[in-house]
Amino acid sequence: MTGTETEPDFDVIVVGAGPAGAAAAYRIAEQGRSVVLVERGDAPGAKNLSGGVLYGRVLDDVFPGWVDEAPVERRITRHVTTFLTADSSVGIDYASATLTEPVNAVTVLRARFDPWLAGKAEEAGAFLMPGVRVDALLTEPGSDGERRVVGVQAGDDQLRAHVVVAADGVNSFLARGAGLRRKEPSNHMAVGVKAVLAMPRSMIEDRFGVVGDAGAAHAVVGDCTLGIGGGAFLYTNTESLSVGVVLRLDDLVLSGRTAIEVFEHLLEHPGLAHLLAGGEIVEYGSHLVAEGGYESVGDLVADGFAVVGEAAGLTINSGLTVRGMDLAIGSGLAAGDAIVEALSSGDTSAAGLAGYRRRLEEGFVLQDMKTYAKAPKFLERTGMYGDYGELAAGIFHDVFSLDGSPRKHLVSVARQALKASRVSVRQLVSDGWAGVRAL
Amino acid sequence: MGGGASTVTNHVTSAETNAVADDVTKPAKSTVSARLAVDRFEIDEEQSHIVVDQELCRSTGTGRRIIAVCPAGVYSEKDGEILVDYAACLECGTCLAVATPGALTWTYPRGGFGVTFRQG
Repeated sequence: MTGTETEPDFDVIVVGAGPAGAAAAYRIAEQGRSVVLVERGDAPGAKNLSGGVLYGRVLDDVFPGWVDEAPVERRITRHVTTFLTADSSVGIDYASATLTEPVNAVTVLRARFDPWLAGKAEEAGAFLMPGVRVDALLTEPGSDGERRVVGVQAGDDQLRAHVVVAADGVNSFLARGAGLRRKEPSNHMAVGVKAVLAMPRSMIEDRFGVVGDAGAAHAVVGDCTLGIGGGAFLYTNTESLSVGVVLRLDDLVLSGRTAIEVFEHLLEHPGLAHLLAGGEIVEYGSHLVAEGGYESVGDLVADGFAVVGEAAGLTINSGLTVRGMDLAIGSGLAAGDAIVEALSSGDTSAAGLAGYRRRLEEGFVLQDMKTYAKAPKFLERTGMYGDYGELAAGIFHDVFSLDGSPRKHLVSVARQALKASRVSVRQLVSDGWAGVRAL
Repeated sequence: MGGGASTVTNHVTSAETNAVADDVTKPAKSTVSARLAVDRFEIDEEQSHIVVDQELCRSTGTGRRIIAVCPAGVYSEKDGEILVDYAACLECGTCLAVATPGALTWTYPRGGFGVTFRQG
């Protein structure tokens, strides 16, 4: 039996109703093609979890005015970066109203945001099929004799389509099944562990220095992860905080500690108590993060098949910003357009779907992936997660602690603190230069 | 979608979840079991979506690694055997990322089962 003998159920099957899948389904449906959006959760978003910041400019062209319409939490006007040691913290606090003119970043909770985006796809004509786990790809020999993807297997059911889109997230069993993704080395993977802490609106505004629908995003490095590669984050939602750690797996395993232990260390850290105290945990979750960057992005299409979002390894950790959802949406839109083009030309082979990668190369998705291609290697440098925080804390301690001894100029204070720390001048210069080039 | 499901939606009282919640000068003490108790799980009583190969878990160090990285404490060790509390799984796949191929079979739970995030 060949693929042409069985009439497809849909033009396109999209597996996964997260941002990437919903964006792809929207674009395909909007252009008049039949598309089913298969989701293993009871509803879109039910299985999805993010730190919580969406750099959503990608949505401006697609849904003008979306920020006012979508269930977003707060509009970020304040980015705080903190080096934390056991008993001190040194931070950079960047606040600007210009960050919301237009709105650049918002916090989201996925159980609210994802149904909205998937709803856009449904409104455009996509058929949502929730509560269904796709087990495998269906493949058959195509007209050229090569195996091509012709549909999906879900339990005893088979669904057939001209193109299958894998939007099934970071673990993408479908992309692996098609041979498009290999197992990542553990220095390219991290685990995000997060709790949502309910907190009254007024308490959030007082503590984080924001008012109305404005919000703050805190990135923390150092003792919050007990020196393990990665960092912590605190994001303000409307009436809750998203609080978590991201831990590089190779470093976590080497440390001899557990992810649970590090997460609880964060929650109990005295340096964060003024922000977290009194918050009531209303949810706990985790998410695997691919941090390999551009190098780990492989083939994005096969015959009758395309991979989008995290399933394609499209995530960026630049150290200061962690991005996934915007790249997911961008890739979903690009794949949707390329698939419609391929369907029109009657060629849905890998060659016919080449327009997908071309669109990513021309747009921000792969250009940003390339810009930050060196970031993963830079973030593996160890000073970031302990020594530099100690160094900065040492300098500021000497500047502000007037103990009666004669004052020294800042330069000699810094030199002395550098001497006392475990950081060498050579390392500082080397990391500094690498940082400028990578970020 | 087979039968044999049980819905667990434990709204643990805040007194239990946060032992020191009334002391606002300190962040709340929190245990993983209390945190998981506020999550919503639909437990598949008929089949586990996680299977470990005890021999390979031991010989490759996979057992030690999956215990370290799992944020839900799904894995533990008793008398040299890896125990799997699959009902607590948050479905992140971090265990699979550190497992030696073959030592761990890990899929998503069947449709309709497992964790449901109400915040995300």
